[in-house]
Amino acid sequence: MPPPPFVQVEQVSMRYGGLEGTLALQAADLAVARGEFVAVVGPSGCGKSTLMRLVTGLWPATAGRVTVDGRPVSGPVAIAGMAFQNPTLLPWRSILDNVMLPLEVVEPHRRQLRRERARYEAEARELLAQVGLAGFEQKYPWQLSGGMQQRASLCRALIHRPALLMLDEPFGALDIFTREDLWAVLQEVWMARRPTVILVTHDLREAAYLADRVLVMSARPGRIIAEREVGFQRPRRLEDTYAPEFQALVHELRDHIAAAREEGPDAARREAADVR
Amino acid sequence: MSADPALARARRRRRVEAALPWLVTLAAFLLWEGGVRILGVAEFILPAPSAVALSIQKWWWPILENAGQTLFTTVLGFLLAVAFGLALGVAIGSSTLLYRGLYPLLIAFNSVPKVAVVPVLVIWFGIGTWPAVITAFLISFFPIVVNVATGIATVEPELKDVLRALGAKQTDIIRKVGLPRAMPYFFASLKVAITTAFVGSIIAETVAANAGIGHLMIVASSRFDVPLVFAGLVVTGVMGVLMYAVAAAIERRTTGWAMRGQDGTGLAVGG
Repeated sequence: MPPPPFVQVEQVSMRYGGLEGTLALQAADLAVARGEFVAVVGPSGCGKSTLMRLVTGLWPATAGRVTVDGRPVSGPVAIAGMAFQNPTLLPWRSILDNVMLPLEVVEPHRRQLRRERARYEAEARELLAQVGLAGFEQKYPWQLSGGMQQRASLCRALIHRPALLMLDEPFGALDIFTREDLWAVLQEVWMARRPTVILVTHDLREAAYLADRVLVMSARPGRIIAEREVGFQRPRRLEDTYAPEFQALVHELRDHIAAAREEGPDAARREAADVR
Repeated sequence: MSADPALARARRRRRVEAALPWLVTLAAFLLWEGGVRILGVAEFILPAPSAVALSIQKWWWPILENAGQTLFTTVLGFLLAVAFGLALGVAIGSSTLLYRGLYPLLIAFNSVPKVAVVPVLVIWFGIGTWPAVITAFLISFFPIVVNVATGIATVEPELKDVLRALGAKQTDIIRKVGLPRAMPYFFASLKVAITTAFVGSIIAETVAANAGIGHLMIVASSRFDVPLVFAGLVVTGVMGVLMYAVAAAIERRTTGWAMRGQDGTGLAVGG
């Protein structure tokens, strides 16, 4: 018998704004194994980010069941590291202090932080060095470029060694070169620490490069309409993304998305009102 | 000695910027003095700055004594407003229910002219220090509440998500993010509040007090000693500027991060 999935989403629906409101997700099913890297792609406004907030328990689902690590989710899961398109660093804290913020919140680190500050600080410096931010620990976020801020934001999501890492288009606002750099960084960190990752993105190359499995969501109301294992060897290199098999995979995903966009009954309205 | 003309130019510019407030003030007084002399305005209509200065010199002790009283009531009322405004601002900013429930009442309260409240305060506390303290408090707490509440209520939802997904409680979010984030708003409001606190104190003193700059001005104007009335105004203005400078200095020290880019430290590093 295979081990039970780490994250399980069963028949989950989400409707905003009461009974007449927008149906963002409809009977979505999703299972992610422990330590797996899953990417979720879909047309804009399909409810990808809604799915993230349901899995982390930030919002309650309208219907259905979400379990994380075998426990049903009824409130914030309190273990997840998150990173968004916007780095959301605190401008009054140095990069080092920003990265260490989760340690001031999550148990048991919270209790130990004062006593073992040196050890935690060393850990944070090491993580920063790993993403290429050595020497920038005492800088403030606004002194760094967008790409560097996003690196720091990733560190903040990882510092407390979360079992679950939720990434909501973390590289969406970056230029293509910075983005590709950060793919490599993320792959490296993931291979070293093996958290369970759910990455929401609209970049199909990104999904194919990073994930073990890519899930395609339909237009709103969103549900998973296709699923594709990505078998490429790790660590993957940037050159691999130009290989024919890789290109074929991206094209296949692209076709799924195109189909999803067309089948949507309210395509025009969807463009107008991109609800999260 | 500087070899770099651009650097020398920048230094000169900074010196001019530092001197500018003094120069402008001086020019304003000169204009006033000259205008009064040339047009031959009577002293009991508009005294010249020189007459005001003479009056300050002549009455320096009563002015100092009464200014001290006004400063005392203003600062006391202001400190009460800071404590109360900070607490209420945090409460309103972090709870939508409190915000919805209390905000209309606060607006209504703030719309009441404080002059109209002073007689009520006199009935409750008698003539003297307390009506001035309380009027200063009433007039200055509102901007503090609004600003602190705004700072806390506008924390980025994504940042809240990051913290909540870590298991942060509401108090954690307020302490780690809401309060530090509200500080620039808070200090901005202090600069408004300290000057309005003076307004409150002096209003109350002109209506119901036996000490203070407001009281001094009322007494002086009843004796047609207009230069002394103006002396009171000038002293009040000076105290206001000084208190403002104190608030601004505290602001710079504590929330320098929010004013990046104005002093050239906000240079971005490429990467």
